[in-house]
Amino acid sequence: MTYSDKVLDHYENPRNVGSFDQNDPGVGTGLVGAPAGGDVIKLQIRVNEDDVIVDACFKTYGCASAIAASSLVTEMLKGKALAEAQQIKNTLIAEELALPPAKIGCSVLAEDAIKAAIADYRNHKHEIR
Amino acid sequence: MGYPVMNMTATEMNQTFRKRPIYLDYAATTPVDPRVARKMMAYLTPDTEFGNPSSRSHLYGWHAEEAVEAARQQVAALINADPKEIVWTSGATESDNLAIKGAAHFYHNKGKHLITCKTEHMAVLDSCRQLEQEGFEVTYLTPEPSGLIDLNKLAAALREDTLLVSIMHVNNEIGVIQDIEAIGELTRARGIIFHVDAAQSAGKVPIDLGRMKVDLMSLSAHKIYGPKGIGALYVRRQPRVRIEAQIHGGGHERGMRSGTLPVHQIVGMGEAFRIAKEEMREENEHIRQLRDRLLAGLQDIEEIYLNGDLEQRVPHNLNISFNYVEGESLIMALKDIAVSSGSACTSASLEPSYVLRAIGRSEELAHSSIRFSLGRYTTEQDIDYTIDLIHKKIRKLRELSPLWEMHQQGVDPAKVEWAAH
Amino acid sequence: MSIYLDHNATTPLDERVLEAMLPYLSSRFGNPSSTHTVGRQARAAVEQAREQVADLVHAHPSQVVFTSGGTEANNLAIKGYADSQETGAIAVSAIEHSSVLAPAASLGRRGWQPQEIPVDGNGTVSTEALRATLTARTRLVSVMLANNESGVIQDIAALASIAREQGAVFHTDAVQAAGRLPVDFSACGAQLMTVSAHKIYGPKGAGALIVDKSLDMTPLLHGGEQEKGRRAGTENVAALVGFGKAAELARQELVSRMETLGGLKACLEERLAQLPGVTIFAQAGPRVATTTFFATAGIDGEALLLNLDQAGFAVASGAACESGHQDPSHVLLAMGVERDLARSALRVSLGISNTQQQIDDFIEALTAIRQRLCGGSARLTA
Repeated sequence: MTYSDKVLDHYENPRNVGSFDQNDPGVGTGLVGAPAGGDVIKLQIRVNEDDVIVDACFKTYGCASAIAASSLVTEMLKGKALAEAQQIKNTLIAEELALPPAKIGCSVLAEDAIKAAIADYRNHKHEIR
Repeated sequence: MGYPVMNMTATEMNQTFRKRPIYLDYAATTPVDPRVARKMMAYLTPDTEFGNPSSRSHLYGWHAEEAVEAARQQVAALINADPKEIVWTSGATESDNLAIKGAAHFYHNKGKHLITCKTEHMAVLDSCRQLEQEGFEVTYLTPEPSGLIDLNKLAAALREDTLLVSIMHVNNEIGVIQDIEAIGELTRARGIIFHVDAAQSAGKVPIDLGRMKVDLMSLSAHKIYGPKGIGALYVRRQPRVRIEAQIHGGGHERGMRSGTLPVHQIVGMGEAFRIAKEEMREENEHIRQLRDRLLAGLQDIEEIYLNGDLEQRVPHNLNISFNYVEGESLIMALKDIAVSSGSACTSASLEPSYVLRAIGRSEELAHSSIRFSLGRYTTEQDIDYTIDLIHKKIRKLRELSPLWEMHQQGVDPAKVEWAAH
Repeated sequence: MSIYLDHNATTPLDERVLEAMLPYLSSRFGNPSSTHTVGRQARAAVEQAREQVADLVHAHPSQVVFTSGGTEANNLAIKGYADSQETGAIAVSAIEHSSVLAPAASLGRRGWQPQEIPVDGNGTVSTEALRATLTARTRLVSVMLANNESGVIQDIAALASIAREQGAVFHTDAVQAAGRLPVDFSACGAQLMTVSAHKIYGPKGAGALIVDKSLDMTPLLHGGEQEKGRRAGTENVAALVGFGKAAELARQELVSRMETLGGLKACLEERLAQLPGVTIFAQAGPRVATTTFFATAGIDGEALLLNLDQAGFAVASGAACESGHQDPSHVLLAMGVERDLARSALRVSLGISNTQQQIDDFIEALTAIRQRLCGGSARLTA
C-alpha cells in the first residue's frame, strides 16, 4: 500500500491521542467500526455551552489510513460548532489525506465517528436536562 | 572474475545485511549464497558455458548437460534419492502442480478422491480446486490447534477410491513439522500416492527418502539460498510412480517436463543443496539459539499468542499474534524489519491468513500476526534490535488502541456487541 | 572453445544483461510478493522488465505474462486457452516447434480435434492453406512467426485476419522472431504471442506469453496471485530483469543487428552456393537474418556435424530439443524435402558476436570435411 506523506505523518505522529471521561456531560463519544472489520475508531469531543467543540481526542485500532483519518478529524473538529462539524464529509477527509481507493472506507468510518460523537453528546445533554 | 559482487565473503554478506531493514523473512525467499552465485557465474558469462543441454552436436551442449547432471546428483543427495528421480521444474509451485494434477490425471481411472490439509500452500490448494472442477473430490483436513495433523483423522479420511494424499512437510507460515514418515506408512499400506511439499523443509529438516515412504516431493531452490525460478519434483521409481506432463514439448526430463533447462539456475540449486547437506546441522543449532533469544525477549509482552506447536517446528520460524493491535499498522510500524504477516503470496490481499484461521485463531488475531523467519545471515544484533523495536511499537500501537483500553478496563472487546460493519 | 554457430538453440548472455542481473543475485534478493522494502524493490524490477519486454514487441505491459520460458508460454497459450473453451478443433502448422505440437497433441487426447496446416516447398503457410484447414469448429490457430530451423517468416497479419474472420483465436510463437525482426503484437492481429529470453542474449529460464486481455485463460500453474492470477509461482526476478534488459538492447540494436547478421548470412550463403551439391532450404521466402538451413546430397548430416565439432564449429542438424534423434527434420519433411536430403541437413544460426573471419573459417573447414567424407570412404573420424 502506498500512502501519501500526509497519511504517514499522521500515522507516525498522531495528534490528540487519548481519552476523556465518557461520563462527563460535556463529552460526546463515538465508537464505530468492529474489530473483525479491521478498524475501530473511538472519537471523543468536548463541547462548550455554545455548542462549540473545544477539544477532541481519539484512539484507533486500524490501518495507517484509519489512524490518520482519526487524527486529522480531531484537528478539524477543534473550534468548530457542532452544526458545522456535522457537515464534515468523508470525501473531504479522503481528499485531504489523498487516500488510495482501497482505503476510502477509513474516511467513511471517520465521518461516522464524528456523527456518532455528536449524537452521543446530544443524548447526554438531553438526559441531563 | 571482474564481477566483485560475486566474490563477497560471508562476513561481507553479513555487513550487507547490517543495513535496515533487517531481513527476517527467509521463509518468503533467501538471498543467494555467494558460494552459489560464484558457481552460477561460470554459466552466465558470455565467453564460457552457455550451451543448451539439449544440443547434442557440440561441446557447448555436452558441457551444459554435464553440469545439469552433477546438480541433479547434489539435489538427490540431500534427500537420499536417486538422481534419476529428480525432475527439474521452474519452482515448487510448478512441482506442486505437476505432482498433484500430473498424478491425478495419470491415475484418474484408479480413483477420484484426494486428501490434503487446509494449511497447505496455495499451490497445493489451488491445484486441488482445479481438480475439483474437473470432477475429482477433495477432503481438506482441519489441523489441530497446534497446526499438526491428527493421524487418526487422516486415517479415517482415507477411502477406497483415495488416489493421492498431499501433506506439506514444514508449514511456510507457522513452521510446524508434520510426521510425514508416519503418513507414508498409512498411504503406502493402501497403495495411495503420497505427495509432500518440502519447499520449506529441505535443508532445514533431515529428509531420507530411503526410509520415508513419500512418492512425490516438491523442492525449491530459493528457500535455501539458491536462485529463484528453479525447483524440482522427486518422482519415486521404486515402487514406480507415474505422472502426466503438464508442460509438453521436446520431451526433456524424460517426458515429464519439457523446456530448455536453465543451466545456471540448476547449477545454483545443486550447489545450494550441497551446502545445505553439509551445514544444516550446525546452522540449525545457531538459528535455534537466535530464535529462542527472540522468543524469550518477546515473552514479557502481554496478550501475545504463539501460533503453532513450538516443539514440532523448525527453529527458523516464530509466528506470533499481538492482540489488540491491527495487522497492517503493525507491519508498517515494523518497517525497519522485513517480516511478513501471513504468507508472502497472500500478503497483498487484506484477507487474514487462512493458515491461522484453520488452526482456530480469530480473524483479529490472525490479522495481527507476524511471521519472523530467521536464516543463515541473521545475527544476535538483529534479534536484539528486533526485540527492542517490537516492544516500542507494540506499546505505541496499544496506546492508540481503543480495544487495548477496553482490555485494561476489564472489558473483553470480543464480548462487545459491535455494530454491523 | 569452438566457434559458436548455433544461436537458434541458445545464445550467450550479453555482458550488459549480466550486469543488470547481478544485483538481483545478491543484495536485491526479495520476493516480489512481499510488501516490505526488499520485496517492493523486487516488484519494481519485475515491472520494469515487463515494460521492456512489452516495448520489444509493441505490446502493453499489462499484456505480458511472464513464464519460465518459451515452452511454458506455448503450453499456456495452447492449453490455457483451450481449457477455458468448449472442446473444438485446434489448427497448428506442420512446422511448429515441439512445444506447440506436443500440447496440441495432448488436447487431441482430451477430445479436441487436431488440424494440421500444411506448408509449401518454401516452408510458407499460405492463406489458401489456412482457409482450407479451418472449419467452424476451429477455436485456436497457432502459426509461428519465424521458424527455428528454416528461419522462414510467415505473414502473420494475413493469417491472423483469416483466423479471426472464422472466429478462431490466433497464437504465434515469436521466440525466433523477437529481437531478430520488427515484431508488433498490436498490429499483427494475433491475440497470443510467445517470446523467450535466451534466444535474444538473455538468460535461460525466462519467457513470456503476450495475451490480449479480452481472452479467457485457464492458468497452467495454479496457486498464487502472481501475474494477476494467470501464472502462479515466485517470479524469477534475476532472470526477468535479464530478459527485460535483453529485450531493451534487442529493440535498440535491432536495425544494426539485422544489417550485420544479414550481411554475414548473405556472404555465407553465397559461399555455400559455390559448393557443389548444396541446397539451401527456403531460399525464396523471407527468412530471419540469423538462419541458414542447408544440405549436401549424399553426405550424412550427423557425420558432418561431428566432424565440424571436432574442427571447432558448433552447429546443429535442426532443433536443439530434437537433436540426438535420428529422424530427419519434420520441418523439411513438411516442405516436401526428400528424407535422404533432409537427413543431411545442417543449420547454421548466427549471432552478434560472429565475424566475417569465422564465416570464412567455417566454409574452409566445411569444404575440407566434405572432401574427406566424399572422397573415398565416408568413415567417421570420431
